[in-house]
Amino acid sequence: MSLVRRPVPRRPPRLPWRPAAEATALLVAAVVAFPLYWMLLSAVKPAGEIESTEPRPWTSSPSLDSFRRVFQQHDFGRYFVNSLVVAVSVVIASALIAFLAATAVTRFRFRFRTTLLIMFLVAQMVPVEALTIPLFFLMRDLGQLNTLGSLILPHLAFSLPFAIWMLRGFVRAVPESLEEAAYLDGASRARFLWRILLPLVLPGLVATSVFSFISAWNDFLFARSFIISDTSQSTLPMALLVFYKPDEPDWGGVMAASTVMTVPVLVFFVLVQRRLVSGLGGAVKD
Amino acid sequence: MSRAAVPSGRTSAKGRRAGWTPWFYVAPALLVLGGLLVYPVCQLGLMSVLEYTQAQVSGGEPTRFRGLANYTELFADDQFRQVLLATVGFAAACVVSTLAVGCALAVLLTRVRALPRLALMLAALGAWATPTITGSTVWLFLFDPDFGPVDRLLGLGDFSWTYGRYSAFLLVLLEVVWCSFPFVMVTVYAGIRAVPGEVLEAAALDGASQWRIWRSVLAPMLRPILVVVTVQSVIWDFKVFTQIYVMTGGGGIAGQNLVLNVYAYQKAFASSQYSLGSAIGVVMLLILLAVTLGYLRLLRRQGEEL
Repeated sequence: MSLVRRPVPRRPPRLPWRPAAEATALLVAAVVAFPLYWMLLSAVKPAGEIESTEPRPWTSSPSLDSFRRVFQQHDFGRYFVNSLVVAVSVVIASALIAFLAATAVTRFRFRFRTTLLIMFLVAQMVPVEALTIPLFFLMRDLGQLNTLGSLILPHLAFSLPFAIWMLRGFVRAVPESLEEAAYLDGASRARFLWRILLPLVLPGLVATSVFSFISAWNDFLFARSFIISDTSQSTLPMALLVFYKPDEPDWGGVMAASTVMTVPVLVFFVLVQRRLVSGLGGAVKD
Repeated sequence: MSRAAVPSGRTSAKGRRAGWTPWFYVAPALLVLGGLLVYPVCQLGLMSVLEYTQAQVSGGEPTRFRGLANYTELFADDQFRQVLLATVGFAAACVVSTLAVGCALAVLLTRVRALPRLALMLAALGAWATPTITGSTVWLFLFDPDFGPVDRLLGLGDFSWTYGRYSAFLLVLLEVVWCSFPFVMVTVYAGIRAVPGEVLEAAALDGASQWRIWRSVLAPMLRPILVVVTVQSVIWDFKVFTQIYVMTGGGGIAGQNLVLNVYAYQKAFASSQYSLGSAIGVVMLLILLAVTLGYLRLLRRQGEEL
């Protein structure tokens, strides 16, 4: 692992290894991107070409048949909206709640502050999946089974600890003097919180929201366990499985549905990409 | 652990009497976590010491206290022991592969120019963004014995990857590494970039070799990040559910590819043995708690202020 060398400014780095490194990087990029390429390709291949024993990495006659099957036959639009409602609710609620909590544990000193922090850290490690059984009964008692609430609430709880932990660094980075100045100028606590602090930690909120969004959008276990009889409340993962029957999978449908499910996340990632990298940098530096 | 308002020189605003304000701020978080995390964890523990099956759920029979009988039943079960072993082995293999790939590529990223870096970064973000379930189905399709390109490419005929135990685990491992290395790569890359250039320059001027620079300068500076990504990977890979469930059809032929999570799910929701499922959940919780405590100790030793 003696490979790490940062290009040092002012001194041109030695170059013999560079073509090899760049070729490796491009090759790895191609391999990593290949599954996504194959997904898109298979989604637009006509049926005969998908189920061919001689798969070719291109298609001469792209068709939208698979997408048509996806959108028409299986109430797919509804599932899409359901998934979106779940993910967006989780993102907004967890961002607001985590922002308040992160402010409390970084800008104030109070009894049990450290205890709270350790609690948030431990909570982050609790495996969501292990709690499926008690959550199932809790949702049943709350009358939330078969509703989107049964997906929103658990994901909110599971994305909170990580969001608080990550936001902490961003809130701490806002100088104390700014807070003092705001109070001296007569700002109330609430005004400082929402008008000054919130905009300043927005990059951090964006970075954390990526994680909440993904965990909620990806959810499969809860959707599978809590939405048991009312399929109108299903989310995308379940819709995708409609096409995937172990014996006779409709690969075109699966790939088209996968594409539809992946694109929103990709768009979201591309939008926040820069913030994400700097956000992670900020969180790890802290 | 808990200190009453201690004024500190560095943080003047904290010296002010906080009163109830911080508690108002954390109240929503505590409410959500208490109701949806702490309470279910307690319920999980409770259920694991009761007899709780379909009969109790429907109210046909009263719930009975069983003490540790569920656990003794579990550990006497050959399949459970096998699943536990498989889970630990599989998670370890996933963590090691993910870290190796992620770190190697992070280092590679620092040695190439902007264009290859952008290509690799975008491809990695794509893999990262792919929902678990679509990743699983797509990889399954890539390795499909009839229509997948991989068997053709490798000249394997119609070799079925999901038939054998180890080839099925290998296939899932590849998918897990594919979707989880980007987090490691991006984080470690951000960490390497955060090391000030002068430090490395000074080390180089002092005549340190590359290996020496890595060992004495970079590795210590990156250690906090490496700890974070390792612990995150352990947690994620230990509780893999979707990939195994979808790719091996709910745990493979005769349950050969079961991991704890899927096993608990099958016990609880397929055969209605909720208390046994809960006991498995408790075992998982305890293992991850041990990892967390180790992590906390590491943080403490590094002197991080909470």
